[in-house]
Amino acid sequence: MQPTTPNFKQNARDAIANDPLQAALGKLAVGFPMRRLEAAARLPEFENLRDQARDIKTHVLENLDYYLEAYEQKVVESGGHVHWCRDAEEARETILEICQKAGAKTVTKSKSMISEEIAVNKYLEENGIEPVETDLGEYIIQLRKEPPSHIIAPAIHLSKEQVAETFRNAHIDLAADRDLDEPRSLLEEARAKLREKFLGADVGLTGANMLIAETGTNVLVTNEGNADLTNNLPRVHVVIASIEKIVPTLEDASTILRVLARSATGQDISVYTTFCTGPRRPEDLDGPEEYHVVLLDNGRSEMIGSEFHEMLRCIRCGACLNHCPIYKSVGGHAYGWVYSGPMGAVLIPNLIGMEEAQHLPNASTLCGKCESVCPMRIPLPKMLRKWRERQFRAHTGAPSARWALRGWAWLAKRPGLYRWAMNVGVAVLGQFGGRGRFRSLPLASGWTSKRDLAAPAGDTFINQFHKGARGDQSGALMRKKVH
Amino acid sequence: MSDTAKPTVGLFATCLVDLMRPVVGFAAVKLLEDAGCRVDVPVAQTCCGQPAYNSGDKTDAQDIAKSVIETFEGFDYVVAPSGSCAGMIKDHYPEAFEDDTEWRPRAQALAAKTYELMSFLADVRGVTSTGAAFEGTVTYHDSCSGLRELGIKDQPRALLSTVSGLHISEGKETETCCGFGGLFCVKYPDISEKMVDAKVDDIVATGADTVLAGDLGCLMNIAGRLQRRGLSIKARHAAEVLAGMSAAPAIGEPADEE
Repeated sequence: MQPTTPNFKQNARDAIANDPLQAALGKLAVGFPMRRLEAAARLPEFENLRDQARDIKTHVLENLDYYLEAYEQKVVESGGHVHWCRDAEEARETILEICQKAGAKTVTKSKSMISEEIAVNKYLEENGIEPVETDLGEYIIQLRKEPPSHIIAPAIHLSKEQVAETFRNAHIDLAADRDLDEPRSLLEEARAKLREKFLGADVGLTGANMLIAETGTNVLVTNEGNADLTNNLPRVHVVIASIEKIVPTLEDASTILRVLARSATGQDISVYTTFCTGPRRPEDLDGPEEYHVVLLDNGRSEMIGSEFHEMLRCIRCGACLNHCPIYKSVGGHAYGWVYSGPMGAVLIPNLIGMEEAQHLPNASTLCGKCESVCPMRIPLPKMLRKWRERQFRAHTGAPSARWALRGWAWLAKRPGLYRWAMNVGVAVLGQFGGRGRFRSLPLASGWTSKRDLAAPAGDTFINQFHKGARGDQSGALMRKKVH
Repeated sequence: MSDTAKPTVGLFATCLVDLMRPVVGFAAVKLLEDAGCRVDVPVAQTCCGQPAYNSGDKTDAQDIAKSVIETFEGFDYVVAPSGSCAGMIKDHYPEAFEDDTEWRPRAQALAAKTYELMSFLADVRGVTSTGAAFEGTVTYHDSCSGLRELGIKDQPRALLSTVSGLHISEGKETETCCGFGGLFCVKYPDISEKMVDAKVDDIVATGADTVLAGDLGCLMNIAGRLQRRGLSIKARHAAEVLAGMSAAPAIGEPADEE
């Protein structure tokens, strides 16, 4: 998709003025964090598991070449194929080629953020193949031609009324006056529509929550079971995954599974957790005849060893989005590309470039909530600051803000001059601040457009202290007493 | 205790307290002296460098940090009435010099003896009560840096709970950012407004007549929004209440005519 990330500020304003979106975000803001907290409280070793999960991925990233080759070998041994793709274009072409060889007209898909990243749906459509999203949320936004607004809950921005309207517009073969008031009826309608698609699909395209080097297995986590129908029913199963999804062993995968759902939705484990290894064997009752893994780099290998290395531990649970006050204010679409929230603000500049995404690392108070809930203990605020450092070095952003900042720093490095300047400034502002605060002030409109500004007291603390003043009960000065 | 036996504390007043709200500085001095410390307020202090550091201007941040280290490394302790500035010195100074073999040890040494005011009183000096009185219901906002960088959560509440006449009514979202974020609030005013409105709503729901916190940045943001919305809830630094200096006008309120 074409990023709207450069318009982040306007996107954010629009999102804040969008009432249905705000209502949806209000529910998310309470629901997910509360359930995560309850799930963590039920598991005494949760914090230890976070350490273990972090250590697993840290080890993998230090030995990624080894594990990738070990994984490939196991996939091949189990009868599957691995396709190494440098970028989105290569991955799209590879997937198309597999589909064309299979003579595919329809491709069913289970939810995959990598497939969003490489925009494969559009590409398949342009080449005469119909992609069908089978995750309910993805299905809804596919009908609406929208990108996902959350990495695990792609249609979280919509109300059930909006979904009903979408279904009425899309499913025109059904009775126009049917009852779609309840979520249950929406679900049943989608299920019936998707069942036809599942049975008719030639290729099933899934993502992977993990790739296990020990066995050549891909792990799929869903709550709807749609991934199982996607990988089992069609003749060909294609897995699209980025290279950092590798874990060494089944044991490691189960450790990460124990923090994944708890961090994401507050479930102890997702409803369906599926392990796929290679194509159907002669003794198997079902399964695909062909099994392909499209392994995507798309900028990840550049991140190895860089200041954003630790971002590659991310398991896409969405906890940082669910807890981020910025995400909860503006939703996912404001970020303007596939990812959003704190993980998006770190990752997007790596993938679409720092110029395009310059707002994202800055639109954060660095409050640290994301890092405190990240199951992989990724230091997200630190990495946002690293982007700001890169931007500062590259002179990205408004020159006026840069000069204001540098001016302040210049003064702060000269204590004598600083003290003189502040004494003058505080005395002047104190003269005009008789009512205790300003409703507007020149050069401070960024502040006063939204809130009053407390006025200074007329003399600085340090000045008063060194004149011998001390506070009394009222907080007023007691100069006479000490002199 | 003789004066020479008392530990020396360099008060890092913070630029906001110095310029905007001296009473917090006086409250800090009183609380520290009552806790048996010898307090000095070095004139050479300016700012901790956080605005530069968080804006990606690492070189200026390092220069300012060096000046803070030189000014304060002679004290037994460095105390700031702010979780944000204390967190900058304690967490980020060592990080800012991670590749600098000369300054990293000095930054680490300063970090090791730097504390936020209320956690210093409770954790280091063992203060359990400050003997202050305050009539009213307050709610406490946990500032992000204090909470998540320094683990400050129980200390201010423990001290405030001993203030005679004071009742604490907790909000549901005390740990959620108020939307200040330093330069964030002026760079992204719409998002900041949305966040501070949520914070104000949470404060209103507690029924408190005063909101307290340990950071003047958050407090000026919250107070400014309360006032813009025409609400009468007052905002104060918790140190003012703990030091018994709450007769001073609340943040952004006019001084009484004499």
